[in-house]
Amino acid sequence: MAIRVQLTERQAAAREEYESFTRQAVAPHADAWDRAERLPEEFLEEFAARGLLGAAVPAGYGGAELDPITFGLLNEELGRGCSSVRSLVTVHGMASYAVARWGGDRQREHWLPRFATGGAIGAFALTEPGAGSDVKALRTTARRTDDGFRLTGQKRWITFGQRADVYLLFARLDGREAAFLVPRDAPGLTVRPVTGMLGTKASMLAELSLVDCLVAPEALLGRPGFGLAAVAASALELGRYSVAWGCVGLAQACLDASLDHADRRETFGVRLRDHQLVQRMIADMATGTAAARLLCQQAGWLRQDRSTESLHATWLAKYHASRTAFRSASDAVQVHGAQGCGDGHPVQRYLRDAKVMEIIEGSTELQQTTIAESAYHSRTRTTPTERVTA
Amino acid sequence: MTTADHKPQILAFLAQFFGEHRLTDDEDIFATGFVNSLFIMQLVLFVEGEFDITVDDDDLEMANFNTVRAIDALVTRKRAAVGAAAQHS
Repeated sequence: MAIRVQLTERQAAAREEYESFTRQAVAPHADAWDRAERLPEEFLEEFAARGLLGAAVPAGYGGAELDPITFGLLNEELGRGCSSVRSLVTVHGMASYAVARWGGDRQREHWLPRFATGGAIGAFALTEPGAGSDVKALRTTARRTDDGFRLTGQKRWITFGQRADVYLLFARLDGREAAFLVPRDAPGLTVRPVTGMLGTKASMLAELSLVDCLVAPEALLGRPGFGLAAVAASALELGRYSVAWGCVGLAQACLDASLDHADRRETFGVRLRDHQLVQRMIADMATGTAAARLLCQQAGWLRQDRSTESLHATWLAKYHASRTAFRSASDAVQVHGAQGCGDGHPVQRYLRDAKVMEIIEGSTELQQTTIAESAYHSRTRTTPTERVTA
Repeated sequence: MTTADHKPQILAFLAQFFGEHRLTDDEDIFATGFVNSLFIMQLVLFVEGEFDITVDDDDLEMANFNTVRAIDALVTRKRAAVGAAAQHS
């Protein structure tokens, strides 16, 4: 597997633009948004006006159609400033990608131009009180009627569910899993805010209650059963890829904050940066972050090549990046001491957000199981001679 | 283009998931217990990349992917459609 690490000029320029935007318009407000548990409408308008909501929308529908590496860089830089903003790109991107990849002409023509401009925000509604990583446990049902479909069930912890205009929502139809595009104003749908979460507090989570919720016949996205597996899996893959890059940014933010603080703060007559045990934490953050970035880049190049290995590479990247982000955040709080534990200090937020990263888009334990299984698959692909010489 | 053209590539791709097990043309891939949740996406990426076709929403039926023979038939049908479209353009 070849690894490329050099960004193109265009990718490097995009990274600079995202870094500048995050530094000026995202990071200074992230703690206030965290406390308010929401992103302000003015920010969403600015974000949309910059075309950042169209990251995963094809150019033919007015989107930016970012290549995988550039999309990753956007997630990294936003993740460096605010994981909730990065979450918006994740779930909106998942909905955009699913419609672009698997939607019919009418669905694409209706939703994609709106997704590109922020005229509509999409969310991904899979999780239920009893079904998270275990998709087979879906309990929400759909039944065909003369005027479309009627959906009944509960969805919980839906990121940006409070703000979304349409939900990519999963339910059982005739006993098989199916995906629907459910507009927020669909009769029978009630949206309730979920507050008091541990991390990514500004990602405006919601619980959706569907009671005989009516959607039109064209709301069905993809084909039930086998087709749904492709719709859900490909959207979740993009989500996992987005979160992995966001974790790189989060870990980088922990490193940046720790470097600054350890340089300024003195104890026992020397700067913190001169204590060897502090150096150990900074070295681990720097190394872990660099390694996570390389894994994300590898996944990105493989996605760009549409390689079958891109999926496994994304699991590796998300697993390592989320673990690195949490360890880095924990160490960053340690470096900052009591200051880092204080209300409103960014590293405290980083720690809370980083824990969430180990749970969403495939928990750490699910990643470990899948990666271990794939390792056995990989082993059977190589001959004993290749294993010895590798 | 005959259907026999694609089977060696399909079998070579599938072999990585099946170890010592030798798949027959009509054996149900999904009933074997060898594949995991990533497999469907890997299979779609493989078919698209290897044979330069696009798997559409309408193609996403279990009957198009559950055996080597079914995948072979799908590829043959899709490539024939691409060839016909190219001739008319």
